Amino acid sequence: MQSHLNRSPSFEDSEILLSYRGTVTDELFDTILELAEHKLDQEQTSKQVKRKVFKVLVESLQNVYHHFDDLPLTTESFPVTFTLEKDKLTYCISTGNHILITKVEELRNLIEDVNNMDRKQLKSFYRNRLGDGSFSERGGAGLGIVDIIRKSGEKITYDFRRVNEDYSYFSLKVKVSA
Amino acid sequence: MNDFYLEATPKTPKLHFNKENGEFEISGRSIPENSIEFYKPVINWLDNYIEDPHADTLLVIKLEYFNTSSSKCLVEILRRLERLNSSHKVEVKWCYEEEDEDMQESGEDFKEIIKLPIEMVIISD
Repeated sequence: MQSHLNRSPSFEDSEILLSYRGTVTDELFDTILELAEHKLDQEQTSKQVKRKVFKVLVESLQNVYHHFDDLPLTTESFPVTFTLEKDKLTYCISTGNHILITKVEELRNLIEDVNNMDRKQLKSFYRNRLGDGSFSERGGAGLGIVDIIRKSGEKITYDFRRVNEDYSYFSLKVKVSA
Repeated sequence: MNDFYLEATPKTPKLHFNKENGEFEISGRSIPENSIEFYKPVINWLDNYIEDPHADTLLVIKLEYFNTSSSKCLVEILRRLERLNSSHKVEVKWCYEEEDEDMQESGEDFKEIIKLPIEMVIISD
């Protein structure tokens, strides 16, 4: 686990609060969350912003937890990544994980759809999904991405990079204004 | 039938469902990775309670944070109370801090989805 404060000169406007790259287990996720919360506690920003960042962070990490697909050990290993950074006005949460190529299209379509919704559309889309009684096998119910975009109030940026014929690397970046 | 009681942890809420007086409480944080596993026992308990409920039931939800998979479980709990409400009095209090717009919005989400009297209660920090 790496956790470091970037002590670079003040002209460097982005500061990394927490960064992790490696394999993941339940315990590790807990530790990352604890560390991130601790880091946020020390931030000189309002309680509401801290709370919002923490919520988006939990949802982003759990989104990774529920949806990452491990590469078989025989192929080159690409770990899960997570970064919490900030500049003066914005906190930024980035995650990266492998997913099966067969899931890419559905996820891409969901993000594209939700990214293009206004607040009112987001609200009604979220409520429909929340109330429809469905539950994905992994417990996420497909609400995570919607919730992240809704809470952050900004579009998320994302990328899928093909790793081999079965896997893609999914990266996601979400911002919360301070 | 006994009360359902669980102590809060850093990732899961306190659950106190009192059979004797029909007062239920969910408070703290609800961010477990596996929410279904966490909420299943209390949902089962609720299924039994509904067979022989108290005359009136009050659920107080006072959550600081919850993840989306927990929100699905809350829907499951509220749906059961919705059914109970067809024959018994059921009230829900959704408590949130004044500054916490996200929690207020979540309460409004549930009000919209669930056909139960859900009272929005502002609590001080």
